[in-house]
Amino acid sequence: MSTMAVDDVAVAPVNEGFWTRARKTGLVLTALGLLAVLLFTTLAASEPARFTLSEDASGAALKINGTVGAALFGVVALAAGVAILAGLPKRWFTLVLGVGLVGFVVSFLCWQVSTAPAGQNFMPLVNIVRGTFILALPLIFGALAGVLCERSGVVNVAIEGQLLMGAFSGALFGSLSGNLWVGLVAAAVGGTFISLLLAVFAIRYLVDQVVMGIVLNLLAVGITGFLYERLMQPDPAKYNSAPHFSNWEIPLLSEIPVLGPALFAGNIFLYLGLLLVLVIHIGLFRTRWGLRTRSVGEHPTAADTLGVRVLRLRYRNVLLAGAVAGIGGASYTLALFSFTKNMIGGKGFIALAALIFGRWSPTGALLAALFFGFADQLATYLSAINSAIPSQFLAMLPYLATILAVAGLVGRVRAPAADGKPYIKG
Amino acid sequence: MTNAESGSPDKEPATADQAARMAVDNTERAEPTSQQPPERPTLGRLFVANLWAANTFTVTLLSLVLAMIVGGILMIVSDPDVLATFSYITARPADALNASWTLVSEAYGNLFKGAVLDPDAVGLTAALSPISETLTYTAPLVFTGLSVALAFRGGLFNIGAQGQATMGVIAAGLAGFLLPLPAGLHLLVAVFAGAVGGAVWGFIPGILKARTGAHEVINTIMLNYVAGYFLVWLIVQNGVQDPNRTNAISRPVDASAQLPRLFGDNLRAHAGIILAVLATWAVAWLLNRSTLGFELRAVGSNPAASRTAGISVTRTYVLVMVFAGALAGLGGSQMVLGTTAAALTPLVVAQIGFDGILVALLGRVKPWGVLLAALLFGALQAGGNRMQSYSGVSLELVTVLQALIVIFIAAPALVKAIFQLRAARAARPQTSLAKGW
Repeated sequence: MSTMAVDDVAVAPVNEGFWTRARKTGLVLTALGLLAVLLFTTLAASEPARFTLSEDASGAALKINGTVGAALFGVVALAAGVAILAGLPKRWFTLVLGVGLVGFVVSFLCWQVSTAPAGQNFMPLVNIVRGTFILALPLIFGALAGVLCERSGVVNVAIEGQLLMGAFSGALFGSLSGNLWVGLVAAAVGGTFISLLLAVFAIRYLVDQVVMGIVLNLLAVGITGFLYERLMQPDPAKYNSAPHFSNWEIPLLSEIPVLGPALFAGNIFLYLGLLLVLVIHIGLFRTRWGLRTRSVGEHPTAADTLGVRVLRLRYRNVLLAGAVAGIGGASYTLALFSFTKNMIGGKGFIALAALIFGRWSPTGALLAALFFGFADQLATYLSAINSAIPSQFLAMLPYLATILAVAGLVGRVRAPAADGKPYIKG
Repeated sequence: MTNAESGSPDKEPATADQAARMAVDNTERAEPTSQQPPERPTLGRLFVANLWAANTFTVTLLSLVLAMIVGGILMIVSDPDVLATFSYITARPADALNASWTLVSEAYGNLFKGAVLDPDAVGLTAALSPISETLTYTAPLVFTGLSVALAFRGGLFNIGAQGQATMGVIAAGLAGFLLPLPAGLHLLVAVFAGAVGGAVWGFIPGILKARTGAHEVINTIMLNYVAGYFLVWLIVQNGVQDPNRTNAISRPVDASAQLPRLFGDNLRAHAGIILAVLATWAVAWLLNRSTLGFELRAVGSNPAASRTAGISVTRTYVLVMVFAGALAGLGGSQMVLGTTAAALTPLVVAQIGFDGILVALLGRVKPWGVLLAALLFGALQAGGNRMQSYSGVSLELVTVLQALIVIFIAAPALVKAIFQLRAARAARPQTSLAKGW
């Protein structure tokens, strides 16, 4: 998956002349800025575009004329692009790029909101932020599962299967016991089951890890689909009516405008997901376990020489990853929906994309998952206001962004060096 | 297959792995001759000995058996009536065993009847029906399986057969109902369009891999989804959607562009299976007899050495993916040109791309092996339909069986340990060609 550090593959030498990676990015951003200034501004209506700070049209709002907004923020994106193109100092690169991209998105939103049908030309920010986090949740858990696995050198393509198995066993055992916590534990065990297969076959039997991941996804789809049709469909009351976690409001914090109701009035999975990002980040970069995990993922032979038990650590991390992903799957069946066949529907692969987009780090994965969640939420919102942009094209956005990222147009993406290579002691 | 090749002196071992295995074989053969008197074993005894050795055929067969055992267990634990008999198993064990046996044997019996032959069938059409169904499901799987296998031999893991098949089905479908062409030519153009559609979708990850080193696994996964969303969008556009329908379904393909039926109009088997056999032969020729095939295998086993030897690795990567995409696109084109509805729907390609990965692995990434594996998977699919309607066992069980078979053949050491097989001569499937990210 690495763009540059491909050891055994012939890559056309990258000519780092005038057209550095930064300049290419600047060029793309400049083009986006031009698009915003020329196209979005022309298409935007001279109606006010309102961004309300609530769940509906009422209450305080940020208001801007559609045309003015599209032009103004388009210029911001354009300026950022030109600045990068002109050769900005490196330390400013990320900040200016971020500002430019936000400018582009806001310009786009000004156009869309201002041209929405009368009475609908507002964007409820609370809903958008909350929806972004809800849609990002399985991605966060999935990507964290990927981090745990791949940092210790086992490629995890089976995230989809782990999420699905977690969702299924959470629903099944949650229904049978009628207890939320039993369901949650069962979900973790379900995800771990898929992980166990991955670990045994990848570590013990040295089966290619990508192959194994793909096959395990199909196995999970098959087993859950089969049992769904045999058990849950005929008797949903007994097998598919798991209780759902209610929302917990955190006092004080939930009073913060926009972020409060969206972030601090969620269910256990939201808090758990954010907490796990923090815990895994600290664990990975500040503890002995983290150092060992990273060393095993980068250079298992060296780690082994220093007395780290490579295979045992890998087993442990892969199983842990399964539990995390399993809980992520339960964020569907124990909080939002009842189980349906193949309900994860490719989220596991977007989680894999978030992992790569986030450069194998927990915080990066969180940001990438939020970006993908936002794209998803935006697609829902735009189809609700009858946008001219087909929702399918917005739905493609995460996938296209990932292709751009791994092709090295956005930044250098490098996997752990020993990722996917089985370790044979000897 | 591997044995026959490595045994003949005029062929070099294709990979280091094969060479190592040959060396092992030679030492194994050498040892007994030095210890035992030179008594030649009879052909019959050799056959029996080899039958229980961990060779490709035995491992595949035993994997199938293991998968069916796990499938049977799944059936039993998900059947409340049968499960009830297990609650008093200590008192009357015969009840539980009988109920389980009836359930499982009936289901697998129906699987067989739906896939191969129904002894109760009356008339030629009814007798041919299972075979016809099997061939119908087999044909597209051969193409996607070949697509994955070809890329594998070139050192690339093509998970994008699904997306390539989707683009193939789109191009073939559009050519099928938009172009007014005479019969014969129309079919050719539609099939060709399918190949081009898939080839374009294979070219993208190929060129990205060659130029930037971006890993094809991730790019092909992503392109699968892009193609899927594109199909969903395209179907409801004006001129594509069936004007008489409100749901997402396109206009049907003209009769002049549909693949001809093989066994008359009542049976679904179409000329796609003939194309599939031809494609298998063509890929086998390409891999084993052509310069490109040699370069492809060389790059697949060692890119660095190939580059030193003067092979353009980047060009090979792009070509491999274009060919793989074209094959998957051909497979996709059959899903619209050879089906009864003959129209595009969001689920028109079904799972043929992902199943193709399993088919390629089961076929040990060899063209004729892929054909046989696709036949097995087609039979499972056809039989699964009957199993679902007659025994009430969900079709999803077939997915479980397919995945399990491949898991078992991917880890022959496991199968060997379970059945206490004799030491392997050629058991290791060449699946570990793509290494990591």
